[in-house]
Amino acid sequence: MQPSCSSFKQQAAQALRDPKLQGAFGKLGDGLQARRAAAVGQLPEFEALREDARRIKRRVMSDLDTWLEQFEQKVLGQGGHIHWASTADDAREAILAICQRVGAKTVTKGKSMVTEELGLNDYLVDQGITPVETDLGEYILQLRREAPSHIVMPAVHLAQDDIERTFVESHPQLPPDRDLSTAESLVAEARQELREHFFKADVGITGANFMIAETGSTVIVTNEGNGDLTQTLARVHVVVTTIERVIPTLEDLSTFLRLLPRSATGQEATAYVTLSSGPKREGDMHGPEEFHVVVLDNGRSELLGSENQDILNCIRCGACMNHCPVYGAVGGHAYGWVYPGPLGAALTPALIGVEKSAALPNASTFCGQCVAVCPVKIPLTDIMRRWRVREHGKKMTSPLARAGLSAWAWLASRPALYRKFTGLAAWGMALCGGRRRRLSRMPLAGGWTRYRDFPAPEGETFHAQLAQLKKRAAKTGAEGLRHEQGGAHE
Amino acid sequence: MELGGKLEVGRSRRVALYVTCLVDVMRPSVGFAAIKLLEDAGCEVVVPEHQTCCGQPAYNAGGEAEAKALAKQVVETFEPFDAVVAPSGSCAGMIRDHYPKLLAAEPEWRDRATGLASRTYELTSFLVDVMGMESVEADYQGAVCYHDSCAGLRELNIKQQPRKLLRSVRGVEVREMDDAEVCCGFGGLFCVKYADISNQMVSRKMDNIEASGADTLLAGDLGCLLNMAGKLTRQGSRVKVRHVAEVLAGMTDLPAIGEGEV
Repeated sequence: MQPSCSSFKQQAAQALRDPKLQGAFGKLGDGLQARRAAAVGQLPEFEALREDARRIKRRVMSDLDTWLEQFEQKVLGQGGHIHWASTADDAREAILAICQRVGAKTVTKGKSMVTEELGLNDYLVDQGITPVETDLGEYILQLRREAPSHIVMPAVHLAQDDIERTFVESHPQLPPDRDLSTAESLVAEARQELREHFFKADVGITGANFMIAETGSTVIVTNEGNGDLTQTLARVHVVVTTIERVIPTLEDLSTFLRLLPRSATGQEATAYVTLSSGPKREGDMHGPEEFHVVVLDNGRSELLGSENQDILNCIRCGACMNHCPVYGAVGGHAYGWVYPGPLGAALTPALIGVEKSAALPNASTFCGQCVAVCPVKIPLTDIMRRWRVREHGKKMTSPLARAGLSAWAWLASRPALYRKFTGLAAWGMALCGGRRRRLSRMPLAGGWTRYRDFPAPEGETFHAQLAQLKKRAAKTGAEGLRHEQGGAHE
Repeated sequence: MELGGKLEVGRSRRVALYVTCLVDVMRPSVGFAAIKLLEDAGCEVVVPEHQTCCGQPAYNAGGEAEAKALAKQVVETFEPFDAVVAPSGSCAGMIRDHYPKLLAAEPEWRDRATGLASRTYELTSFLVDVMGMESVEADYQGAVCYHDSCAGLRELNIKQQPRKLLRSVRGVEVREMDDAEVCCGFGGLFCVKYADISNQMVSRKMDNIEASGADTLLAGDLGCLLNMAGKLTRQGSRVKVRHVAEVLAGMTDLPAIGEGEV
């Protein structure tokens, strides 16, 4: 997927002008936040589980190669195949090679953000292979040729009538006057359309929420059941995942399974949790003849041992975006690449370079709600701040902003001079505010005054007023407030 | 969250007031209200003269070197006191939560910063959690709603403290608005850099404030208050905006934030 993160501001402005998007994202948080809060409230040990999960993840990351090797050995032992992919190109080629070897014409796909990272659908089409998304949201987006706007609910930006129109246009073989006015009728039609693809598919591609080193299993956590059909009906199952998804044991899985659905959708458990451990064995009634796991790095290993390593702990629940007021204002597409919201703001610079995504870590008020709800306690705002430090260090910020910052810091480290400056500023602004006591326009603050007034200050600074009080008190000999001379050194 | 550090609750002590840049320049009366409240609680209040900015604007803009220099200045200035109190969750949170991280690479400074962090408080939290204050002596006629500023709420666990004290003010009815915990869109330089998004966030806040039926909006952070007051006056709203300390100290003679004669 070609990133357009550098156009974040324009994309955000566009989203803010779109009443449909405003409706979709304005409401998104309400239900999800309440459902998550209710689910978490019913589990007294939720906080302890978050701590456990973080500990497990940190343990994995400190020894990632070992866990991945153990996973590989188990997969191989069960008759599966592993394909290590350093780059997106490597992963695409590995997937294509499998498809070509088995003569695949149709490939069904379960929901996978990593394949979005690879731009896999367009790539397969170019190679003469037809990919069919089978997750309902992803299916709708594929018909509309759109990217997901959320990592868990990819089509959340669409209203029901958008989907109705898409189905009428995309399924011309069906009677145009059929009733598609309910969610049930849309689901039924998608199910009907997809059924044939499931049987026709030569290869089924899914993602993985987890890889389990102990058992060599990949795990998908889903609600629709399409993932299971994708991976069991096709002759070949290809799992596309990334290096940081490995966890040591089944016991660890149980920890994450208690956190993930509650954080993502407020469910105690999803409808399906499916473990895949190799191809069909003798005596198995169903299952793929071949089992492949493509494990992508794509820049992630660079994060190991770095100060931003914790972003690798992410389990892709989407809680950070469900609770983010910035995401809630502009939606997912504005972020311009695969991962939106606070996750994207922290992760995208690591994967595509901070030069191409400089706006994202800045698009946060640091309100901290994402950190408060993250099930693995990723310090998302700290990571965003460190990307800002990187940008500042590389002089990627505007020269005016950098000069302003240095000047402010210089002034603030000279208290006497600072008092003169702030005294002047307070007086000047109060004067401009006049009897309205507010300013409608202010130099260098157009972004503020375009939308709001700037309340004028009282006129004299606190320190000036205090100094006068003190003088008066000294004259009258009264005991007044102590105004330390020389600050700390007394 | 541990509070009070090694200090025992309710004991009188020498407290340094960290006025904060915004209170100093924009709303000095908040500083005087803080002094009154602290003295009423039995503290001896000192205002160290060397204080300026805590460095948060630089810190959040990626200017680490500038932020470190200012952090060290604050540590030096405030170290000698039993406690440091700021009428701002944001500035207190900067010292409590961020200084030790910011100075982590310099062990001596890190330890000094950690020491200061353990003695730094936001005003209402200090009054209630450390000084054990149950009520205040003040009058204010009106229905107020309290906006939970992000840093205070999520870095310092400030939620019930201001409400508890507000309920003791004669004439005050405390109302809750929807989404009181959602960011108002200020975010320091964010509101200027991402003006469109910030506007959307503060607009949603406006709807919740108006829907609460409150005639006064209060909060513990001047940044948020200036943002919301500016939006309210621009929209021609009749809702008055004040720092919570003004109401708690009974110092509400001054016009509300952004409230003009015309």
